[in-house]
Amino acid sequence: MAPVGRTLLILALLIAGYGIFASLYGVRTGRREWVDSGRRAVYSLAGVTTVAWVILEAAFLRSDFSFNVVAAHSSTTTPTFYKLAAPWSSQEGSLLLWVWLMSLWSSLILFLTRHRVREIAPYATAVLLGFGAFFTSLAAFFANPFATSANPPSEGAGLDPLLLHPSMMIHPPMLYSGYTLMTVPFAFAVGALITGRLGSEWLSVTRRFALAGWLFLGVGIVLGARWSYTELGWGGYWAWDPVENAALMPWLCITAFIHSMMIQEKRGMLKVWNVSLVLASGTLAILGTFLVRSGILDSIHAFGASTLGVPFVILLAVMISGGIGLVLWRREQLRSDAQIDSLLSREAAFLFQNLVLVAMVFVIFWVTFFPLISQAITGTKVSVGPPAFRPFIVPLALVLVALAGIGPIIAWRRVTAANLRRNFLIPVLAGISCTVILIAVGGVDDRPFALAMFGLGTFVLASVAQELWRGVGARRAMTHELPPVALVSLVRRNRRRYGGYVVHAGIALLLIGVAASSSFQHSRNVTLMPGQSTSVDGYKIAYVRPTVAATSQKLSFGAVLRVSKGGHPVTTLRTTRGFYPSQDPTQGPIGRFFNGEADSNVGLRAGLTRDIWTVVNPDLTPLQSRISQGDALFTAAIKKTESASLHLPPASAQTAMSQLWQLRDEAIVGIASRYVTHPWPINFLFIVDPLVTWIWLGTLVVILGGLIALWPVPRLVRRRAKAAAPARTAPAPVAPVREPA
Amino acid sequence: MDVVVVVVVLFVVVLVISAPLRRARQTDAAWTGELAELEAAREAKYREIRDAELDHRTGKLSDADYEALDSVLRAEAVVILRQLDDVKERAATAPAPASGR
Amino acid sequence: MDPSRKRAIRLTVALTAALILATALIYTSFTAGRDELTAGQLLTRAQPGRSYLLAGTVLTGSVSRQGDVLDFRVRDPKRNVSVPVRYTGIVPDPFAAGRGVVVTVEEPRVDASTFIGEQNSLTTKCPSKYQAAAGASAT
Repeated sequence: MAPVGRTLLILALLIAGYGIFASLYGVRTGRREWVDSGRRAVYSLAGVTTVAWVILEAAFLRSDFSFNVVAAHSSTTTPTFYKLAAPWSSQEGSLLLWVWLMSLWSSLILFLTRHRVREIAPYATAVLLGFGAFFTSLAAFFANPFATSANPPSEGAGLDPLLLHPSMMIHPPMLYSGYTLMTVPFAFAVGALITGRLGSEWLSVTRRFALAGWLFLGVGIVLGARWSYTELGWGGYWAWDPVENAALMPWLCITAFIHSMMIQEKRGMLKVWNVSLVLASGTLAILGTFLVRSGILDSIHAFGASTLGVPFVILLAVMISGGIGLVLWRREQLRSDAQIDSLLSREAAFLFQNLVLVAMVFVIFWVTFFPLISQAITGTKVSVGPPAFRPFIVPLALVLVALAGIGPIIAWRRVTAANLRRNFLIPVLAGISCTVILIAVGGVDDRPFALAMFGLGTFVLASVAQELWRGVGARRAMTHELPPVALVSLVRRNRRRYGGYVVHAGIALLLIGVAASSSFQHSRNVTLMPGQSTSVDGYKIAYVRPTVAATSQKLSFGAVLRVSKGGHPVTTLRTTRGFYPSQDPTQGPIGRFFNGEADSNVGLRAGLTRDIWTVVNPDLTPLQSRISQGDALFTAAIKKTESASLHLPPASAQTAMSQLWQLRDEAIVGIASRYVTHPWPINFLFIVDPLVTWIWLGTLVVILGGLIALWPVPRLVRRRAKAAAPARTAPAPVAPVREPA
Repeated sequence: MDVVVVVVVLFVVVLVISAPLRRARQTDAAWTGELAELEAAREAKYREIRDAELDHRTGKLSDADYEALDSVLRAEAVVILRQLDDVKERAATAPAPASGR
Repeated sequence: MDPSRKRAIRLTVALTAALILATALIYTSFTAGRDELTAGQLLTRAQPGRSYLLAGTVLTGSVSRQGDVLDFRVRDPKRNVSVPVRYTGIVPDPFAAGRGVVVTVEEPRVDASTFIGEQNSLTTKCPSKYQAAAGASAT
């Protein structure tokens, strides 16, 4: 089936090429049938890439090692769920995934808008197909997922053990969905610029896709953070790694866009911002995709230099110069319809928020790419890293949170004293009270930024609560419903607004969690014998006993720990370090089981107020002499048995070898058990981290808000609104409302 | 087997893509596009009217600003409704679009 | 104040703020930054007391562990030189001989042969594509 896959890729490329031609021809000559044909090319691209994807998945599922990617990333022992996810752990598979997802979203939006935005859609189609053609040609000619080898191995290399975690498998498709969804608003913005139709039509058709891209990318980012925290042995969730930054930058841009879009819809302002933000988000999304594959920056995700670097740079150059050119060309049409009257107004608050977000993107971009910039200028790669981010990002984040609270409650046009009093009094009081209480409680004075975040976060939560309260009151004044009913119908009828407010609340919780867990973390790196204990942040952690387990997959050495506070037991933690057998031929038959890849199994007790986290790093040197002895013994035994088997019938040879392997396994278990029977001091890392759970909870709230905002409005609600609205008197006589057929 | 799959896919793709071209040059109900745009504009306008009212009730629009905005929005809504009526009338009285299939 | 004057003032303020931010950023980058050097470059260029980022691959057979302390040599990917490093702190899971690593080192004044790795600064790259590596520098 592999040649079929490759052929489909070529076919996909041809379809994309045709579609670009058909759309452009159709729109230039006014012949709709060509435009429709171009649109159908997108549907066909989706269909063809779906078939290709199915072929690839099928190859993984049946462990067809003639496919190079299957041999390199899967094995017969890989669990089925991970076999399905393994395609995107490869470069080739992820390129195909990118095209597939992008063609699905493109088909969706073109279908939904098939009767609308008729001038813009064909250009958007051409742009989307352009992306499709780019990624398909990379897959077809540079990194072919359907490449085969004549002599397939009998067993594959398997997935890296670090990837055998559910959230690690969902994280890439989430990120990819986010990135690919951003190409849709990008394409429509380009279409809008080319046609000069820069009113709110292009915004309204792409709004949902921008929001969906924002949601998926955001969830992808948090999933990566959570995986890092629960799976990796360093106890953190964010390292300002270039690849993490690469996903964060387009997300910040699209956040800015979602807000400034509202200003354009309401007051015809910020048109240049909007179009620039969308173009920037799309470009940063492609940049993010590029960063992960090119190896140009030192990153834990750096996958080695690849041949894909040059094509990506060219694409980015085209996107950037094209974008700037288009905006300059259309700058007349992008003039605002109105001006900002006062700096104390909702419009101004949105603009400030945009500025802060763009500043954050700029800072992250600069510091991330600084090694390359400095290399270009001075010849030496200078790396800056996390210490450079904090002085800038923290204050900017504080301003952002403040604006997140101010935005929902500040008046349009200009703020008056009365209006300030009415809207700001309670939330500001709430924020101040929280700050004062925390100072009084103590322990926070030396962390002013964290304290500020707590106060501002409370301000945001209070402002959201106030808005919900007032909204419910307004609704009840009209309908006299019970409060819970009123709340539900209020949110249902104003999904965008209240979905957005819920997101703000979620972000406040998340950032409170981030502030607390980064500023008030206590950690201790200590070596203990069984029976010994140490104390971290008031918790006594006692190393109870060592544990060892042996399976054909790995050897696990670990510990059981008991945590108590003030004499009262809190929890029991179990942590292990797994050693996977190495394929290295220089390792002996015993040694390779002890000296291969290792990964940590974190012992974690999460709680609402704090997490207790631990990993163990057992040093296996005390076993080394026995291991060497075993190596010598078994190497000799294997040689002997192998040469003896030459003179034996196959069945007996088989039995002799399998008996030998059994003995070897017993030897391994015997050696490993010494870890329990004759324990020695081992190294632990303990971390007590407050409010980490708030980060995950905050994310769930954000997801809820995002879904509320995204959810399509049911027709019934629209009908009732139609009847109610014109019923109120207007200066001009109103024609009676007729329901559409 | 492989060849069969490719041929089938190719056939379906060509069918799908060429369908609009094979139809006789349809006098595309030009009004389908207009209708869709106007209906979307109407929904957006209604939402703006509701939004403005909610903003007023929750203290983000002063009375004066709200009155002004509300009448402007309603007038714009009326314009859209009138245009919608026009389009629907035209659609009802126009000859059926020539269809080739 | 007429509108165009207002706008001019606002624009000036905004641009000034942007300029200040940019300057601060550039200043921080050059002062807080550390040169990333290969083993060969480190041997020739390192000045005592300054810290550098040493990038290279772990020399096979050079890894040894004594309790908390990890000793290894980092090879220059292009030349046949290697540099000894003594490191304490978190060791990323994929760390092994032959893997690409980056570690912050400072040249010690006393014993000029072994570089001291800054605690928790070791990061390891995974050699093959798409097998995400573990560990990162602590923030």
